[in-house]
Amino acid sequence: MRHHLILRVITKLIVPPILLFALYVQFHGDYSPGGGFQAGVIFAAALILFGIVFGLRKVKRVLPPWLVIRLAAFGVLLYGGTGVVSLFVGKAFLDYSALAAYPKDGQHYGIIAVELGVGIAVATVMVAIYYAFASRPPRINDEDW
Amino acid sequence: MTLEFILGHLNYWLFIILMMTGFYIVVSRGNYVKKIVGLNIFQVSVFMFYISIGKVQGGTAPIFPVDLNIDPNVVYSNPLPHVLILTAIVVGVATTALGLALVVRIREEYGSIEEDDILEIEQHIQAEENSEHGSAMGGRA
Amino acid sequence: MATPASSAVLTFTEHLPLLAVAVPLLTAPFCVLFGNRNIAWLLAGLASIASCLFSLHLLLQVIDGDIISYHLGGWAPPLGIEYRIDAANAFVLFLISGISSIVIPYARRSIAHEIRLASQTLFYCCYLLCFAGLLGVVATGDAFNVFVFLEISSLSTYVLIAMGAERDKRALTAAYDYLIMGTIGATFFVIGIGFLYMATGTLNMADMAVRIADLEGNRTVQAGFAFVVVGMGLKAAIYPMHLWLPRAYTFAPSVVTVFLAATATKAAIYVLMRFMFSVYQPSFMFETHTLTWIIIPLAVLAMFAASLIAVFQQDLKRLLAYSSVAQVGYMILGIGLLNVTGLTASIIHLFNHGITKGALFMVTGAFVMRKGSSFCDNLAGLGKQMPITSGAFVISGLSLIGVPGTAGFISKWLLVTSALEKGWWWMAILIVGSSLLAIIYVWKIVEILYFKEAPEGNTAKEVPYSMLIPMWVLASVCIISGIDTDLTYAAAKAAADGLLGAGVVR
Repeated sequence: MRHHLILRVITKLIVPPILLFALYVQFHGDYSPGGGFQAGVIFAAALILFGIVFGLRKVKRVLPPWLVIRLAAFGVLLYGGTGVVSLFVGKAFLDYSALAAYPKDGQHYGIIAVELGVGIAVATVMVAIYYAFASRPPRINDEDW
Repeated sequence: MTLEFILGHLNYWLFIILMMTGFYIVVSRGNYVKKIVGLNIFQVSVFMFYISIGKVQGGTAPIFPVDLNIDPNVVYSNPLPHVLILTAIVVGVATTALGLALVVRIREEYGSIEEDDILEIEQHIQAEENSEHGSAMGGRA
Repeated sequence: MATPASSAVLTFTEHLPLLAVAVPLLTAPFCVLFGNRNIAWLLAGLASIASCLFSLHLLLQVIDGDIISYHLGGWAPPLGIEYRIDAANAFVLFLISGISSIVIPYARRSIAHEIRLASQTLFYCCYLLCFAGLLGVVATGDAFNVFVFLEISSLSTYVLIAMGAERDKRALTAAYDYLIMGTIGATFFVIGIGFLYMATGTLNMADMAVRIADLEGNRTVQAGFAFVVVGMGLKAAIYPMHLWLPRAYTFAPSVVTVFLAATATKAAIYVLMRFMFSVYQPSFMFETHTLTWIIIPLAVLAMFAASLIAVFQQDLKRLLAYSSVAQVGYMILGIGLLNVTGLTASIIHLFNHGITKGALFMVTGAFVMRKGSSFCDNLAGLGKQMPITSGAFVISGLSLIGVPGTAGFISKWLLVTSALEKGWWWMAILIVGSSLLAIIYVWKIVEILYFKEAPEGNTAKEVPYSMLIPMWVLASVCIISGIDTDLTYAAAKAAADGLLGAGVVR
């Protein structure tokens, strides 16, 4: 990829906006279409694009594989944990009304926490899938195509 | 069966065509990657089916207006099937990823992803096992 | 936005339907977070035991015919997702979590032997997900939720089976075949639910049952039935749809085979029962015809064809796998007979076959550990070299045949009674006849174990106690539940009454 100058420049230019847009979809998800799932996929798309153009080694410096798997687990736990919190107040699992004094606020906080968990989990799982496939030694060398 | 009935259920005809296409690919192709492609088409047809269920004629997207003033005269499509399908899409992605991962491993172990080649290799292993372990049983060797 | 309805404070016991599922589900990510196989094993064990205690408590609560309903997120059904526990699913929940609590202690040494160190943590994580998925399938009262949990358990099952590739590369193709067939099955099931949703506008199973009651002639409802039965039939390995099962069970790691054989098909059969009796009414003509003209012949075919194939197998693991297909035949036969005794037999056979097959596959796992494989000629003379393990095989083998005094006898007795109640004496003869085939293949192994001399210089030690004790716990449960049938029979009877008597909400 050393000589694909245009590709490298463009990638450098668009990766930050993609990440930013992912965060917008994430945090605006409770008011408009969007949410953790979409945001996670967009976020992962930026990282995967970076990986394809600049090489696996460089993405792995940003997001090492051991961290990816643990973040995925953490995302699931954030989701589940939000549900468990309401158990301690004597409400049903995932009843976000328990999270604040007013049920409406509670619902709001709850959905933000849950979507954050979903976002983290989806983004890291996507990256993990990419790592898993891209890390395999290729059967055909690049020169042989 | 009138023309109106046929045209009015266009989504459902397409759903059936897509479903059978996917199913046929899964059954008929021997290439493991193509089978997964077929499986994907098969699953996507179901997404289409659900979305068709949720469509209300003349209905718009079920999103609250920003000022939360809901006009009672506006008809909304049913959002529930969309939510269900979001879940099904996630399941589909997971299945595809896992299936492809298995194909990669199969390729590493067998050196092929064609069903015929793999069956041949497996029959070979089986025959060896039978000749090794079968004699004691007096059974099929 | 409306606020959730429930405002009363829930106590710990009221959370049990949820906790039984959520505890293993949320323990799985912890296994990954800690990243240590010993901690993962400990967590898996604790989660299984906790879940087992919760389901036992639930079972004792609902055994008199009560129904516990838990509203997820406080949203009342039919809009919200509901966990609905009655005798039928409490019993299956207890079976699954009980088996898991016994399998986990066994798993430690067996896994150490069969799976490389680096994968062991992830093994326990996948195992917990599979376990939680099965529990969720059984606990939930929402049709789409069944699909979601079904896929959670299926996807982790494919991974678990593929882990057998370190011993035999055919595990990979077995897992791939299962993935293709399992996904087709699950997708059929979703299509079926889609049809039901089209006709009723609800996903809550209890609500569906009410709305479906006068839709017997509706073709959407009928098509939904066909899709649900075929989809779940694939998962439950009903005879001509069983092709994935023998290979998957043969090449999976021993522990996985133990767990799957004892629980996975059982959960699918439970879902079939739930849809056939709770959602659809057995009085619907199309359902009665399906059961009589399709399900019963397939069941009989399974009992004979699969048993016959089992007789000729050289590999103990594969032999037992085919025997599992045959036993599924008994379970769906009980469903097809369409009376309370038959359904009781079916439910009690779910439990009895679960513990019997669990014990048998544990013994097989012990042989694999000591001899490297479970081929029949490797087992010669092991009756003397591994007497404790072989003893467990004999006891659970007797239970598989259905000898009086063992668990298997109870379920077969009930099946025969049920057939005679209908006046089908020929069916009773068929049931006994297929048990004769079971005698042949069990005796074949017993003969090799005890009456063949071990080859020269071929010795084997007993397996460690951590494997012997779980094996014997299951084997003794086979005996205990064959003699003292109070709990199992009462639970199965309550479950059958609940399913047949009150399909509609009380």
